[in-house]
Amino acid sequence: MGEFTVHRVRFFHYMPSGICAMAFNRRTERLAVARTDGSVELYSRTDHFFQEKVVPGRQQRSIQALCWVGKRLFGAGLSGEIAEFDLDNLRLKFSQDAYGGPIWSIVCNPQGTHLAAGCEDGTVKLFEILEDQIRFERNMGGQKGRIISLAWHSSGTKIAAGMIDMIKVFDLDSGELRSRGSRMQQSQECVVWSVLFLSDIIVSGDSAGKVKMWDVNTGTLIKNHQVTEWDVLTLSVSQDETSLFAGTSEGTVVQFQLLDVVLGQEEKEWVRTRTFKNHTHDVIALAEADTVIISGGMDTQLVVRPLLDKLDFKSRDSSLLKILFPQRSLVSCAKKAGLLLFQYPTHLELWRLGDTEGHGPPGCILPVSRNPEKLLHLKIKGEDHVCCSAVAPCGEWIAYSTTSGIRLYRLQRDNKNVSITKVPKLPKVLRHAHQLCFSPDSSHLYGTTSSAVHVVALTSAGCKFEHSLKPNSCVEPFGNESQEISDGKFLASANSNSEIHIYNMHKLKAHCTVPVYRSGVSAMGIHPETNNLVIVHADHQIFEFSIEQMQYTDWSRRVQKEGLHHVWLERDTPVINVTFNPQNPNHVILHDSYMFCIIDQSLPLPDRKSQFHNQLTLKSLPEAERLKHSHAFKECKLYQPLLCVDMLENQSLVVVERPLLDITTNLPAPVRQKKFAT
Amino acid sequence: MAALYEATTLCVLNVGPGGSDSGISGIEPSADDDQVVVTDSARSVTVYKVSDKKALGSWTVKQGQTVTCPAIYNPQTSEYVVVTDSKVSADVWRVLSVPDSEPLVLFQRGAVRRLDTLLADPQQPVENVLPEEAVIRWSAVLNVEQQPCLMFLSEQKGETLLLMQRRHPDSAARYRLEGGEAPLSCSALPCDGGVRLFCLYSSGSVYESVVPIRGAGGVVEEVQPLPRTLLLNLPVGEGKLESASAVSLDDAHVALVGVPHPSAGPGKDFLCIWNTNFQTLQAAKEMAGRIYGQLWCSCGKLYVPHGKSLSVIPFKCQKSSLAAAMGKLRQAGSNGTIASAEEVQKKVSAFLSNLKNLHVIQVAAGGLASVLVSRCQEQPGFYPHSALVQLVHSQCLSYSVCPHLLTLALEKKDYALCQFCLQVFPDIPEAVACSCLKAFLSESDGTLDTVSLERDSVAFVEGLIANSTQEGGETQSSMPLDMKCPVGLHKAVLLNEILQVAYSDCFLLLHLKTLSAPQVILFLQYLQFLYGKYSQDLHTQVSALRSPAMTQILDWICLLVDAHFTVLVMAPEARELLSHLHKVVRLQVKVFSELGKIEGCLQALQKAKQSGDVCQYSIEVIELF
Repeated sequence: MGEFTVHRVRFFHYMPSGICAMAFNRRTERLAVARTDGSVELYSRTDHFFQEKVVPGRQQRSIQALCWVGKRLFGAGLSGEIAEFDLDNLRLKFSQDAYGGPIWSIVCNPQGTHLAAGCEDGTVKLFEILEDQIRFERNMGGQKGRIISLAWHSSGTKIAAGMIDMIKVFDLDSGELRSRGSRMQQSQECVVWSVLFLSDIIVSGDSAGKVKMWDVNTGTLIKNHQVTEWDVLTLSVSQDETSLFAGTSEGTVVQFQLLDVVLGQEEKEWVRTRTFKNHTHDVIALAEADTVIISGGMDTQLVVRPLLDKLDFKSRDSSLLKILFPQRSLVSCAKKAGLLLFQYPTHLELWRLGDTEGHGPPGCILPVSRNPEKLLHLKIKGEDHVCCSAVAPCGEWIAYSTTSGIRLYRLQRDNKNVSITKVPKLPKVLRHAHQLCFSPDSSHLYGTTSSAVHVVALTSAGCKFEHSLKPNSCVEPFGNESQEISDGKFLASANSNSEIHIYNMHKLKAHCTVPVYRSGVSAMGIHPETNNLVIVHADHQIFEFSIEQMQYTDWSRRVQKEGLHHVWLERDTPVINVTFNPQNPNHVILHDSYMFCIIDQSLPLPDRKSQFHNQLTLKSLPEAERLKHSHAFKECKLYQPLLCVDMLENQSLVVVERPLLDITTNLPAPVRQKKFAT
Repeated sequence: MAALYEATTLCVLNVGPGGSDSGISGIEPSADDDQVVVTDSARSVTVYKVSDKKALGSWTVKQGQTVTCPAIYNPQTSEYVVVTDSKVSADVWRVLSVPDSEPLVLFQRGAVRRLDTLLADPQQPVENVLPEEAVIRWSAVLNVEQQPCLMFLSEQKGETLLLMQRRHPDSAARYRLEGGEAPLSCSALPCDGGVRLFCLYSSGSVYESVVPIRGAGGVVEEVQPLPRTLLLNLPVGEGKLESASAVSLDDAHVALVGVPHPSAGPGKDFLCIWNTNFQTLQAAKEMAGRIYGQLWCSCGKLYVPHGKSLSVIPFKCQKSSLAAAMGKLRQAGSNGTIASAEEVQKKVSAFLSNLKNLHVIQVAAGGLASVLVSRCQEQPGFYPHSALVQLVHSQCLSYSVCPHLLTLALEKKDYALCQFCLQVFPDIPEAVACSCLKAFLSESDGTLDTVSLERDSVAFVEGLIANSTQEGGETQSSMPLDMKCPVGLHKAVLLNEILQVAYSDCFLLLHLKTLSAPQVILFLQYLQFLYGKYSQDLHTQVSALRSPAMTQILDWICLLVDAHFTVLVMAPEARELLSHLHKVVRLQVKVFSELGKIEGCLQALQKAKQSGDVCQYSIEVIELF
C-alpha cells in the first residue's frame, strides 16, 4: 500500500455545546436536539440517528423547550419568545413574544391545536396554532412564582404546571385552578423541574432529588422515590405509560416500570428498575423512542441507550450509541495551498500547515522545519452563527454563510503579510447557503439553497453571478445537504431526502439523478479522473456511480453483490468525508470520527469470514505473502477522534484530531465524580 | 485519672445588672454533706438539699439591709451566721467556719475574734492589724496537725502578703508572695508540715507555694519571702484572664473555670480538671452561657454559676499510676529499708507488665528511670543493671526523658546498656554520642570482649571479619580494600552503633574536634575497613537487622577528615590512610560523572518521547499495508 506523511493537527479547538432540550416526534421518527449555543439538530431515528439537519445557532438565543406539532417544530426560551423553526431553509420561520417574561417550558395539546407556555410571571399562556403563525388565546394562573414545567393531559382538558414548591393543575374547560402539593419540602425551596401528566397520576421530578407520584383528583402523594441527592431535572414516559425515566444532575438516568405487585393480578405499582450512568454531567433532556432512551445534557453528548439489552445478536440497534462530534465537516482544506479553514460558531481561523524536510521510516516523527501558522482570525458579523464555510483550493478565496447572509473574501498573501478584502456585490439570489464550495481551479463558487445551486464566477476584479441550476424534477421541499465537484465538469448535490442531482457545469444544466437509496447521504465525492461519484450513506453502504455512463460501476455492483463486511456495517459514526488520492486513482479515502480508511479498489473485498482489521497481521507477514491476505479496506485508527482527514496534492495526509480530554477539561465541574471505593 | 460527672442545676441565678455578676456571694457546707448554704449577694440566704435540688429554707434580710458576707453554718450551735451591712464593732470581712470549733470572725483590718467571744461583747474594741489601704483578697481556715490555722491574703502597695494565724500555740507569721501581683484565685491544702497554697494568676500560670508551719509559737513580725514553683502554664490565648477561678482538689489535681480549653475554639467556656504533676488535662466539661469566674468545692462536688443557673458537678480524682510508683519508691528510701537491685528489678518487671496505656507508660517509665538513676548517683554500690536494661528495652524511654542514664552507663562502663541506649534512643545529643565514641575508642579490646553485646550486631561484624580473613589469605594484593579489621570484634560492634546514631553534622563537627589524633586515625582505619567491605558487596552476604549504611560510613569519613584535616596531614602514620581515601574519592567522582552522563541521556530520551505526546502539531510517517 505505501507510506504516507501525516500532518497531525490538534490546534482546532472545537468545543461542542451542552444539550438543553430535546423533543422526539413519534410520527416522523425525528429527534430534535437544542444546544446551549441556540442551534437545533435533527436526527433520524430510522436512519441510525443520522444527523440530517442543523439549524445554526445565534448569540443570546437560549432554548429551554422544544415541541413538535405535527411536522412543525416550536421552541421557546429565556428570551420570552416562542419561535417556529423552518426545517427546509434551516432558519427561524417566525418568533413571537409571549409577554410573560422568560419561558421555561412549552407543550402542545394532544390534538395539536394549541400551545401552552409556562412563563416567569407565573402564567400559563395558551396559543392557538395557525398556519404560519400562532395566536394568543388566553392566560391562566397569574400568581407570583415562575412556571418551570408543564404537562398536558391526554384528554386535552387539563394542564399540570410545576412551580417552586408546588404543582398547579388547570382545568381548561372551567378555567378552574387546583393546587397540589403545597410546600413539598419543609426545609428548603424545592423546584419542580419536570412534570408528567399520565392518565391517572401526575409525576414530578424536583430539586430535592425525588420522583413523586400524585393523585390527580385528591392531590395526595401516592409514592415518593428518592432517586438522587441532587436534582431530578427531567422526566420522560413511554407512550403506553408503563415505563418512566428520570434524568438527574449526577448524570444518571433512572428507569421506573409499572409492574404487577403480585404476578397475574390487576394491582400495579411503579417500581424503580434500572439505572444508567452514561453521562458525567447533568442530564437535562430525555426522550423515549420505543426501544431506546435518548439522553443529553451538559457533557454535550447525545446518548442513545437501547432498552432491549438482552438481545443475543449484536447489531447497531442493540448497542449503546454516543454522539459527540458533528456529522459534517467543520474543516475545509485548500489542497493546493496547504491551508486549513476551521469553522467555529462565531469566527473562522485560517492556518497554514507546517513543513518538514526530513524523511524517516514509518512510525517516526519528522522534525518540523516550519511551524504551522495562523494566518487569519475572522470574526463573524452579526449575531448568527456560521452554518457553512469554504476555502478555495488555491487558498485565495474564503466564503462563509450564516442564515442572514453570505460573505466572500479575497485573500492575498505575499511573503509574510496577509491582506483580506471583502468581495462586494454578491448576487442577491445567494442570500443564504446550506453548503458552499469552490471549483477545483478556484474559478467558481457554488452555493446551494433549498431550491437551487447558484454559480458565481470569480475573477481578480470581483465576482459575477453566472447561473442558477435547478433540478429537472423538482421535489419540494428540497433541502440540499452536501455537494461535490469533479474537475469542474460535474457537480453533484444531495438533499435530505437522499436524492442526488448531478449537473454538468460546462453546459450549465442538470445532467442526471442517482437512484434514491433508503438511507441518508453522509458523504460523497467525485473522482477527479474517472468522474465516478462515490456515495457513502448513513448505514455505511457505499455506492460508486459513473456519471458519464449514468450507471453504477462494476465495483459498486460487486460491493452490492458480495456485501460489505459486518464490522464495517456495525460502525456507529457515519462517514464524514470522501476524498481521493491524486497519485493513485484506485484509492478512495473515507473517514468517520474514530478512523480513516483507504479503499483500494484494485484489491478484493473482504469476505464475511476474513479479518477486517488486518493491518497488524499484514505487518507481521513477510512482504511476499501480504498481497495474498490483504483486502480493499485499509483502516487506520491511530488518530482519534477525527474532525477531518484530507489529502493534499503532494500526497500527504492531513488529520485534524480533537482529543476527548481537551473537551472534557473545558467542561464545567460535574456535581458528582465517582471516586474509587465510594 | 479524674472525672467530671453529669451536671445538675441547683437553682436559677438572680443575675445582677449588666450580667457581670452571678448574684451569688458564697456557697458553704451546711448541716450534712448533702446540704449547702447559698448566699445571695443581695438580701437572701437559702439552704438547699443538693440531691433533691430543693430549697429547705430561705431567709431574707430587711429592705435596705444587705448581706455582706457569705452565711456559714455553725455546727456547734446548729445556727446559720450571717453579717449584714458589714457591721459589728468594726467592718467584718468574713465569718469563717472552723471544723469542730467555734467560727472565727475576720475583720477587714485583719483582726480575728472567735464568734462566741464577739457575740458576748459585741462592742469590744478591735485592733487594726493591717494598714488602711490594705485589702483582703482571700481567706481560709484549714486544719493543720489537728489545729485550725487561719490564713488570708492582703494586697497593699503592689505587694501581696499572706498572713497566717494559729491559736495553739499562739503564733502569727507574714509572708510576701513572689511576683507581687495579686492572684486571681487562691486555694489551700494542708500537707506534711505545712500548707500548700495554689495561686492562679491572670497570665494563666498556676503556682504552688509551701507555707511551713513551725511547731514553736510566737509572733514573727518580720515579713518573710514565700518562694513559689510553677505547676501549670495554661494557654490563655490573647490577652489575660479576667474572671477565672481555681480550686485544688487534691495534691495532684486542680479544678479551673474561666481558663480556655487548650483544644476548643474561642467563645466556649469549660470547667477543667488538670493534673499538676504531669501537666495534663484530665477532664473537661463545657459550661453553657457566661462564666462568672466563680467556683466552689464542697463534699466532692463542684459548684459553678454559669449563664442563668448554678450547676452542681460531682467529680472524682484518683491517684495516678506514676504518683503511685514514685510514692512507693520514695517511701522505700525514706523508711530506711532500701530495696536491693534485685527487688527493684522485680518491681520494675511488675510495673512494666501492668501498664498497658502507652502514654502513661512513657511518662511513668521516664520518671522511674530518673529515680533509679539519681539513686545510683547517690549510692555508689547500687546499680540495677537488668532493671535499667529492661526499662530501655520497653522502648518507652528516650534520651530527653532521662538524660543521665546514658552518662551513668558510660561511667559504670556498662557497654551493653550503652549499646541498647544507642539503639533505642532517637534523640541522643551529638556531644553524648561523641563522648560514647571516645570511650569506645579508648577502651582496650580485651575489656570490651568480655562484655556481652547484642547478638545480632555481633554476628554481623563476625561475618565481615570472617570474610576479610578468607579473602586476605587468597589475595595478598596491594589493594587496600582487603585490609584486616583494625579493631576488636566488640569494639567494632559498638562503633557500628555510633555510626547509626542520628546527628546534625554541624553540631557533631564541633565535638569531633575533641578526639585525639590516635583515636581519629583508629576510627578512620575502621571506617576504611568497613568501606572496603561494603564496596566488595560482602555485607550483602551477611544479613543483619541493623547495620550501618554505606552513606552513613561515607558521611562519617567526611566529617572526621573535615574535623581533623590539619592533624592528619601532619601525622606520618596517617599518610597511607589519606592516600587510600584519595583513591576512593577519585573512583567515586569518576563513577558519578559516568552516572551523570547516563542520567542526561535518559532525560533526553524522555523529553523526546513526551514532546511527541503533547504537542499541537506534528508530522508523522505511517505505513499502511
